[in-house]
Amino acid sequence: MTAIPLVAVVGNPNAGKSALFNMLTGARQKVGNYPGVTVERKSGRLSLADGRPVELVDLPGAYSLDASSPDEQVTRDVVLGRQEGERLPDALLIVLDATNLDNHLRFALQVIGLGFPTVVALNMVDLARRDGLTIDTARLAAELGAPVIETVAVRKRGLEAVKEALGAAVVTERQAARPEEDFTGVQRRARAIAAAATTGQTLTRRSTLAIDKVVLHPVFGLLLFIALMFLMFQAVFAWSEAPIGWIEGGQEWLAVAATNAIPEGFFRDLIVQGIIAGVGAVIVFLPQILILFLFILMLESTGYMVRAAFLMDKVMAKAGLSGHAFIPLLSSFACAIPGIMATRTIEDPRQRLTTILIAPLMTCSARLPVYTLIIGALIPNNNVGLGIGLQGLVMFGLYILGIVGALVASFFLRKTVTRGEARGFIMEMPKYQAPHVRTILIGLWQRAWAFLKRAGGIILAVTVALWLLSSYPVAPEGQKQSEYSIAGRIASGLEVVVRPIGFNHEISLALIPAMAAREVAVAALATSYSVDAGDDEDALQQSLGQRLQGRWSLPTALAFLIWFVFAPQCLSTIAVARRETNGWKWPLFMLGYLFALAYVAAGATYWIATAAGL
Amino acid sequence: MRVSLDQLPFHRPATVTGIAWESLSESDAKRLRNLGFDEGVAIEALHAGLFGRDPLAIRIGRMQVAIRRAQAQSIMVEATGG
Repeated sequence: MTAIPLVAVVGNPNAGKSALFNMLTGARQKVGNYPGVTVERKSGRLSLADGRPVELVDLPGAYSLDASSPDEQVTRDVVLGRQEGERLPDALLIVLDATNLDNHLRFALQVIGLGFPTVVALNMVDLARRDGLTIDTARLAAELGAPVIETVAVRKRGLEAVKEALGAAVVTERQAARPEEDFTGVQRRARAIAAAATTGQTLTRRSTLAIDKVVLHPVFGLLLFIALMFLMFQAVFAWSEAPIGWIEGGQEWLAVAATNAIPEGFFRDLIVQGIIAGVGAVIVFLPQILILFLFILMLESTGYMVRAAFLMDKVMAKAGLSGHAFIPLLSSFACAIPGIMATRTIEDPRQRLTTILIAPLMTCSARLPVYTLIIGALIPNNNVGLGIGLQGLVMFGLYILGIVGALVASFFLRKTVTRGEARGFIMEMPKYQAPHVRTILIGLWQRAWAFLKRAGGIILAVTVALWLLSSYPVAPEGQKQSEYSIAGRIASGLEVVVRPIGFNHEISLALIPAMAAREVAVAALATSYSVDAGDDEDALQQSLGQRLQGRWSLPTALAFLIWFVFAPQCLSTIAVARRETNGWKWPLFMLGYLFALAYVAAGATYWIATAAGL
Repeated sequence: MRVSLDQLPFHRPATVTGIAWESLSESDAKRLRNLGFDEGVAIEALHAGLFGRDPLAIRIGRMQVAIRRAQAQSIMVEATGG
């Protein structure tokens, strides 16, 4: 049996490569990783008109075979047959932006020179036409020596013709590679071909120029940026209320159903208290994570994200970084894992490392449940004037503290351990485009699935383990379950260390599982108070917040919040940092510096708050 | 008028006349080449950032690119037309 032919989709960034890939393969995609790097490998199946299957792999966008980022290296290594975990493609599908041929043809010429059977998709021809550009497709095909097909990926135009051409390409023999041409030579040949095949004078899209007049305006641009960021975080809270209610309702229904269906005993407790309560406590964040990612994907696909990076470059430069670091750091507000993965577009290895090290300081969505619980229970809901509530202000302050902490940390890291030559900020600013709904939905689905897999895996395991450890051995009469259990005894050991910064026994107990995933801290506090409550009806009626009110002092609560701003509590983040930096050195460094920062900051908060008589 | 790119007045079409590759770091030079910076290419300064009027947004060929003033200094341009 012969393997299914493999076609690699290659092209410059912003050529509409992923949109074409999504349209050709539909949602039946497999997302994986190349071994050793966190560059995503996206592949999908395509059925040709005669029923033959073809495997399509979407390679990261690249400007040339002379790779400068880990992303571009994967693309280069795949087409050169050097990438571990990928066989040599049988044919290539090159995607070109018809409105930017001068630039896109250079990479196309380099790749065509490798001798693969090739199909060229001349994408976004509708935009080119609207700009008054006419492209002589036959001339282009003759110059390139490959079939050229006009496509408009987002409107599914030209897809059948692409499939037909691919059907022919995959049964064509590969030719010998041409000798490598010097870079400037390729560059000038690309410009000559583009000039010969294109008629029309327009230089950049008029709409892009008009939008940029506002978006990049020194004053209005900055105001718009602040407004967008505000809207985004506002939406994360406001829009998620209803879906969170549905998830909680569903979880309650499930718990009742399970309680009725399963006879009383160990197994029922495990299912209801361990699995449904624990995993449910995590899945309720799915709406917030998805809303944040919806915004990020929209900002990326419209072309705004690069403008935001442009506006922020000078601020980032003060911290020893560049506008490149802005996008990964913004993603880290949803979760540090995709944030750290997004650093692979940063070319400078030292800047990239610094961004990885500070990404956990961005307030990720896993901290929200902790913040919400503690602030709701222990910060008075006063109005501080102008209709601003104290609770909201504290929440905002925690976000700002994370951002300032990250920039200050970056400043010192760049002066010491990640010192290196200062590099520039050079980045393509793609033309504005209407967001492509299907591509965004596929992106959201992939992120939701990754989150649910995490909830079903590591978080489920930790929650169940914690429930077991805090329920056994059963405390004899007169002793507290939360202290007598195995988890309680471990916590008593830890308490010695964290007592000086104002943490009590329950917090010590919650810190252990929170190492695996921050949001579990809430479930852990709930568990430790509910195992103590036992069958006491009154205690069971109280909400977790009400229980905290009587037991925690304000300085303790503040110290706990500050701890969560800095502490590196997430196994998955450590794991992804290890994979990204190829070793344990930097993740261990990250653990060390963030724990030290958390301990000192929480301790200072506790003692200052105590001294101030709070 | 022959100036370095960071001195080019905004919205004044120009052509790249020379790039001091040796004054750029290897990675910056590679990036500029990959974005099509070369002698004879049309160029225009479009926007500047708020803080310190840095970085610059410029048009090169048919593409818009962000570049800091520090790197723009290495690019010599000749303003065309009035």
